[in-house]
Order: sequence, then C-alpha cells, then structure tokens
Amino acid sequence: MQVTSPVREPLVLRRIHEEKGKPTTYHDVTNDICRQVEAAPNIRWIIGMAISLIVLGWGSYTLYRTWFFGIGEWGLNKTVGWAWDITNFVWWVGIGHAGTLISAILLLFRQKWRTSINRAAEAMTIFAVLCAGTFILMHMGRPWLAYWALPLPNTYGSLWVNFNSPLVWDVFAISTYLTVSLVFWYIGLIPDLATIRERAKNPVARFIYGLLSFGWDGSAKTWARYEMVALVLAGLSTPLVLSVHTIVSFDFATSVIPGWHTTIFPPYFVAGAIFSGFAMVLTLMLVTRYVFKLEPYITLGHIESMNKIILLTGSIVGIAYMTEFFIAWYSGVPYERYAFINRMFGPYWWAYWSMMTCNVISPQFFWFRAMRRNIYVTFALSIVVNIGMWFERFVIIVTSLHRDYIPSSWTMFWPTYVDVGDYLFTFGFFFTAFLLFAKFLPVVNMAEVKAVLKSSNEDSAKHYIEEVPAKEEVVNSSLSSEKTEER
Amino acid sequence: MAHSKEPKKFLVGIFDDEDVLIPAVKKLRASGVKIHEVYTPYPVHDLDVYLGYKRSRLSKAAFIFGATGTLLAILMQSFMLGFSWPMNIGGKDHLAYPDFVPVTFELTVLLAALGMVATFLISNNLGPGKQALMFDPRSTDDKFVMAIELEKNHQFTQMQIEELLLQHGVSEKPKEKEV
Repeated sequence: MQVTSPVREPLVLRRIHEEKGKPTTYHDVTNDICRQVEAAPNIRWIIGMAISLIVLGWGSYTLYRTWFFGIGEWGLNKTVGWAWDITNFVWWVGIGHAGTLISAILLLFRQKWRTSINRAAEAMTIFAVLCAGTFILMHMGRPWLAYWALPLPNTYGSLWVNFNSPLVWDVFAISTYLTVSLVFWYIGLIPDLATIRERAKNPVARFIYGLLSFGWDGSAKTWARYEMVALVLAGLSTPLVLSVHTIVSFDFATSVIPGWHTTIFPPYFVAGAIFSGFAMVLTLMLVTRYVFKLEPYITLGHIESMNKIILLTGSIVGIAYMTEFFIAWYSGVPYERYAFINRMFGPYWWAYWSMMTCNVISPQFFWFRAMRRNIYVTFALSIVVNIGMWFERFVIIVTSLHRDYIPSSWTMFWPTYVDVGDYLFTFGFFFTAFLLFAKFLPVVNMAEVKAVLKSSNEDSAKHYIEEVPAKEEVVNSSLSSEKTEER
Repeated sequence: MAHSKEPKKFLVGIFDDEDVLIPAVKKLRASGVKIHEVYTPYPVHDLDVYLGYKRSRLSKAAFIFGATGTLLAILMQSFMLGFSWPMNIGGKDHLAYPDFVPVTFELTVLLAALGMVATFLISNNLGPGKQALMFDPRSTDDKFVMAIELEKNHQFTQMQIEELLLQHGVSEKPKEKEV
C-alpha cells in the first residue's frame, strides 16, 4: 500500500512575469536575479536612493554636532543618563538578529524556505549592527577614544579593561557578531558573484566581480568544503546570536536599577530581537519582492512562515511583559512595584501602552491564515511591530531611570532635534547601504535556490502526487542502497 | 588548480540534470574512467562521495582554532586581571572565572570562524585576484560540467570516452579543451 504524505507548499513558483505559466528553470533563476545587477537602476530605486541620501545628509549634520559639541546636544540629564542612544542601539542590534536566525538557525533546522531570503536578511544584519555601533561610538562622548574599550597595553601603567563588566563583554560580543556575520554573508556570496562574473559583458564589471568572486570555479570539491564551512559557521553563529542579545540584556540586568534587575532579561531580549528582526526583514523583502519582481522566489508561503515566527516570538515577548509585572508584585520590593506601576500609569504611560498594543495585540492577527498570507496586512504589521519594539526599549530604559531613589531628582527625558537627527542618520545609512547592496549584489542566493528548485517547484510537487509514487520510491531506494555499498 | 606549462587535454561533458549526472558519475567511475572534476551551479548532494573524495577535515580545523581561542581568552583575562594589574573590588577574587565566560565564548567563536574560513580559502586556492579555471562558463548558471583528463585515462581512446559520455546522457556532444 502506498501512503502519500501531503506535499509541502513549493518554494519556487512557475513563471509569473514573462512566459507566464511555464516552469521556472535554473537559467530563469540566474536571469531573474542577475537582471537587476546588470541593468541600469530603475526609477523606483533612484527615488529610494535620493530619499535615503537626503535623510543621511540631515543625519550627518546632527552627527557632526554630536561629534564636535558632545552629548550635551542630546536630551540627557543627570537622572536619565541613557535614553535615546541606548534605545536605538538595542533596537538596531535586535533587528540584526533575524538575519543570523534565518541563515544559521534555520539552516541547522533544515528549513529550506530560508534559501531565498537569507542573503538579504544577512545583509540587513550587517547594516543594522553597523547602525547600532554608531550609537555605541557616539554615546562614549569622545568617540575618537573608542579603542580604550579594547584590552590594549597603554601608557597609564597597563590599566586593563575590566573583564567583570558587561559593557566590556558587549564590546567583544558585538564585534565578534559583526565579523562572523560579515564572513558568513560573504562566503555565501562568492558562488553567485562567480555567476555574475561569467555573465558580465562589460570588462570593468568582469574585472570587479572577478576580483570579488575569489576565483570560484564551482568544482565538486570546493562545493563539498563550502557546505562544510556553511554548516560549521551556522553551528557557531547559532549560540553566538543568542549570546549577543543575552549580553546586551546583561548591560541592564546586572545593574541594581528597579525594572532592569531581572533574571528574565536574556530570553526576553532574544525573543524580542527575533521578533523585531523578522518584522524588518518583511518590511524590506516585501518592497524588494515588488520592485525586483521576485514573486516566484519569495512566495506567500515564505511570508507566512515568517509571520508564524513573528506570532511565536511576539507571544513570548507578551508573556515576558506579564511575567515581569507579576514578579515585581510578587517580590514584595516597593521600588520594583513602583517602577512597574510607574511604567503603566506614570508620565510615560503612552509609551508603555504603545508598546503593549504594537507588540502584544497586533501580532495576534497572525493566528488567521488569511492575515498571514495578506501582503498589505503583513507590511502594515511589520512596521507596527518595529514601532512597538522601539517603544519597548524606550520604556525599559527611560521609565526605569527617570524616577530614581531620590524623588527630588525625578525628571523627564525629552529628545532634542540632535537625538532625532542621529536616529535618522542610521536610517539613512541603513537604507542607502541596503539599496546599494540590492543594486550591485544578487539579493537572492541563486545557488541555494537552484539547489531546492528541482525538489520543490510547483511542478515537481504536482508530479509527486499525481504520478506513480511507487516508481519513484523504487528508484530512490535502489539509489540509496548503491550509495551505502559505495561508502 | 595550478597552471602547468604543458597544456593538458581535457574532454568536457555537459549535463542538464543532476539526476542524470550522478548515475553517469557512478557508471563512468565503475568502468574505470578517472574524472578530473565536476563543476556544478549549486552544491549537488553527495556528489563528492560519488567522486570518491575524502570527507573534508575543515570541521577539525575549526575545532582547533576554536580551542586556541578559548585558551588565549582565558590566559589573557587571567593575566590582565589576576597578575598584571590586580584590582581589589570589595575583596573579591581577582580571578573571577565565571565573569570570564562571555569574552572566552566570543573569542572561541571568532577564532573558530575566521580560522576555518581562512583554511577554506587557502585550501581551495580562493582569494581576491585568483583566476578561475572554467571549462564551460555555463557551469555557474544551469549546466553540470564534467572534465576528464585524457592523459590520465590511457586505457581508453578519446572516442571511447566520448562514447561512454554519450551513453550516459550528456546533453551536448563532448568537446575537447586544452588547458
């Protein structure tokens, strides 16, 4: 008796734009992805770039003010010594986490739907971590002395950095994360750069892509080692990505500030990071998919999978909020209790309730399949989630600080235009970098999509159901027995 | 692949489908043909096994690099905080090993990743400015390209190998290439 399991949704669809309805071939994959690299930039790209550069320009002005006049330009005061800067830092680092989750954790879990989104998500990770780094540098006040955070011998009698401090752990965590993500991303790019090199007609392009593709020839030996490298890097990146946001949360959790001094922080921060990261991936990918006509590769199935992760992590974050609140009451510590009541009903109530609405209520729409597969709902909610996650960091940081142990020092934090401008600078940088990436490098990993094309396209799935699975099975089993013999 | 001075003669067979390629590789090797290399647009599962390549030792290299990172990180932190400039913080131990875990972990990962990738690039002769030896440029697009060095297959004539390739499903007439 033959038992056929329900076939999974195909990862690659038939042709949609040209030769509508025909099966997508390997060559189509190459053409579709290389086209945007080879063609002149289209008008939508130019408009996007112009807006990004204007934002970047304005942000550069405020960043210049921060650099030359110091962080007195910000809205910080004696009571609230960390606010906008660290909020943005944590927000950007969190966004970065989705890229590593897609490229590393989903690889270990053999989730094949990662293949068409991993490249762009990893690029997003790198740019987001660079944005986060901007705030770390600037909040030091004298950014040109940033290297003091490294354990270097110095003229002050070799006074080393303090390895007991989470801030030093952060230096190591963030820089390792950036380096490893960059390496992982670039190794994945090499085969695709070789494809572009072989297609390039312009000698300058051929030279540049030739240089970038490191002389890749796609031999079986290289591929086998490449896969080994990808697997080990994924195995290394998985604990790395979890450690990074854990260490970021230690910046708060190891202090004695009510509202920060919480053991739940590491898992709560990691879930929140993945939550906001996936939202950013969706925001970017839905636009990229539309502009570059990538519908056959980034299907509704991909979007649905990402929305499921948003639903899961969003719900974890929701439970964490409630747990925190419960523990504040249960601890019996009046300062803890006050910190949480102040969050909900104090002067920053609007930030707290924005966070609750955006992060806990809005993802619940994704319980419904129709919502998960609706592009407009997904796009809107992806932005809502990122607003919510920004407020989460703002709530944690500012509301815990602004009313400290001495009521006479209670005060409020309001951002200045320089605060806002510095945030816009990172936005400008992020989108400029992403647009440059999307123009000059392949946004979808061609080699990996080709690797799943045969087993998971619309026609293979159909073929698998309709035509004699018995025969297929016989062939497969004979192949595998031969293989074991050979081994 | 280093370029030798004497040009070598290769026979290049082109396949359209991995499911034709794999049986062909098996049968050609079974009949005694030595395959120089197969070039594919994406990693074909277990192709290296069928070609008889040994399992890569890169994971071992990664472990060694990682262990070096662990050791260096522990030594560095112990030296700096324990011996070079011990600080009395509330009478606590200078060597607070639990506090050294995060940095030790990060350096382990960093060295393992960078070391393994460097080993990968060096062992495959990859790097900026390296030239790829392409038997057919379509092997980075949609074709599976098999290269057979004629000199290393003395027991067969060129015709015989061509015949074998045609029998096992090449999509185009095998062509000769000198490298």
